[in-house]
Amino acid sequence: MSLEKSDIEKIAHLARLAIDEERIPDYARDLNNILNLVEQLSAANTEGVVPMAHPLDAYQRLREDTVTEVDQRDVFQAIAPKTEEGVYLVPKVIE
Amino acid sequence: MHNKSLKQLSDALQQGKISSVELTRHFLDRIHQHNPDLNAFISVTDELALTQAKAADERLQAKTAGPLTGIPLAHKDIFCTKGVRTSCASKMLDSFIAPYNATVVEKLNDAGMVTLGKTNMDEFAMGSSNETSFYGPVKNPWDTERVPGGSSGGSAAAMAARLAPIATGTDTGGSIRQPSSLCNLTGLKPTYGRISRYGMIAFASSLDQAGPMANSAEDAAWLMNAMSGFDERDSTSVDRDVPDYTATLNDSLNGLTIGLPKEYFGAGLDPQVAQTVESAIKHYESLGATLKEITLPNTSLAIPTYYVVAPAECSSNLSRMDGVRFGHRAEDPKDLMDLYTRSRGEGFGDEVKRRIMIGTYALSAGYYDAYYLKAQQCRRLIRDDFLKAFEDVDVIMGPTAPSPAFRFGEKTDDPVAMYLEDLFTINTNLAGLPGVSIPAGFVNDLPVGLQIIGNYFDEARLLNVAHRYQQETDWHQRTPKAYL
Repeated sequence: MSLEKSDIEKIAHLARLAIDEERIPDYARDLNNILNLVEQLSAANTEGVVPMAHPLDAYQRLREDTVTEVDQRDVFQAIAPKTEEGVYLVPKVIE
Repeated sequence: MHNKSLKQLSDALQQGKISSVELTRHFLDRIHQHNPDLNAFISVTDELALTQAKAADERLQAKTAGPLTGIPLAHKDIFCTKGVRTSCASKMLDSFIAPYNATVVEKLNDAGMVTLGKTNMDEFAMGSSNETSFYGPVKNPWDTERVPGGSSGGSAAAMAARLAPIATGTDTGGSIRQPSSLCNLTGLKPTYGRISRYGMIAFASSLDQAGPMANSAEDAAWLMNAMSGFDERDSTSVDRDVPDYTATLNDSLNGLTIGLPKEYFGAGLDPQVAQTVESAIKHYESLGATLKEITLPNTSLAIPTYYVVAPAECSSNLSRMDGVRFGHRAEDPKDLMDLYTRSRGEGFGDEVKRRIMIGTYALSAGYYDAYYLKAQQCRRLIRDDFLKAFEDVDVIMGPTAPSPAFRFGEKTDDPVAMYLEDLFTINTNLAGLPGVSIPAGFVNDLPVGLQIIGNYFDEARLLNVAHRYQQETDWHQRTPKAYL
């Protein structure tokens, strides 16, 4: 397994990350080294082993279907980079 | 005053020998004197601290104070603190003023503690040396040309230089224990779920755990009493009674069986560190403990497993940083995709980008079974090793870090070499077990930590085992000469 320049560009796109063109070879080298490390897992015999999603094998708690939070829009929008009339502003997505 | 234990400080406050305002000013003065050299704090909250100290003094005078009322502390900058910058050491959150308190912060505020400031860390807790912070590296007070460890390196350096009497940290793969080892502290990573993660900026949700970084096991026990407990707002918080961690500190160790995993004393461990740790372990025999060699056969899978699980979870958790609702936003985005990609590209540092990309790749269509599913299966194998070991032993001991503090830049060009720094700590996070690092001696004037791992919710026993050793040794009381 070896990631090429195009693979790095694809992964960065999926991750919504802009990366500098000149840094791509560095990322490719580092990611390949990390994946080589991770490849050691393939030697482990995991046949029949149930994947462990939670260290305590806990399950999600249920709660009453009731409103517990108060409206904090103003508090949250006070730290937003760009808002107007109570909404978050993003570039136009519909022409 | 800055070398006293929490109990001594509490007694002095309760008896009116010193006020919280005086104590707080003492530590703030030390921070302003030494922080320019150490870079241990990202934010120093003078005004907030003095306001809280005045309120604490009123509680002390009114005799409504608890044991921690009026005692200052430092919070890792990963805990949301209402009205205070909470940056997680990232450019992405440089301007983020948290609109609420993390449960840990709320609990310690309620106990009457005084927040001195927010400590430096590896960006989003990703690192083992504190070199990935947007605010620059933290220096180790034992040798300022060396790293303090990471990711709670700022808390560790602040504690080692006695800029705070106690600090909070978080541990995803060793981030409390490894810097504690490198800076001569007692750092406890509790059982997963013991302390609420609400308001603690998430890196890898199934691994992250908050804990105390202290000058002694006794101090750590004091903070644990106030930090621990069930929280409705954290769906992974465990609903289980919290014991008084100070009550069992002096219990006898007669009959204690200590497991020594052979995998922890082999390749990768500095021989002088091995000797120091073995010498500390030997001391436990004189306290009535029995040593027993054990095996944790899947130890070698821990680092590769972690570097699938943690990046996978971080790629998901950090997707909320998109330049829309909070944090860094790129200037003049030409469309929505440009807003997302440039905000994230400009806001995140290299190590964060690497881990997001590894996580995105591991979770992508076609690779999920080969990486993520396989890692979750290996995680169970690692956990089962521990469960089997705890059938025969009460605690497990070994080194915390493979070497003493290393020099800046020594491992920055090779992420994999840096990852091996957490060789002995990472598997307890995967298993969700508690572990503590305590000072065990020095190699070339640099601190070395002994790691003690316990069964689930066995924090009280870990602190008891650590405390009994600290009753007979003075490693934990040693302070770097420049910060006496």
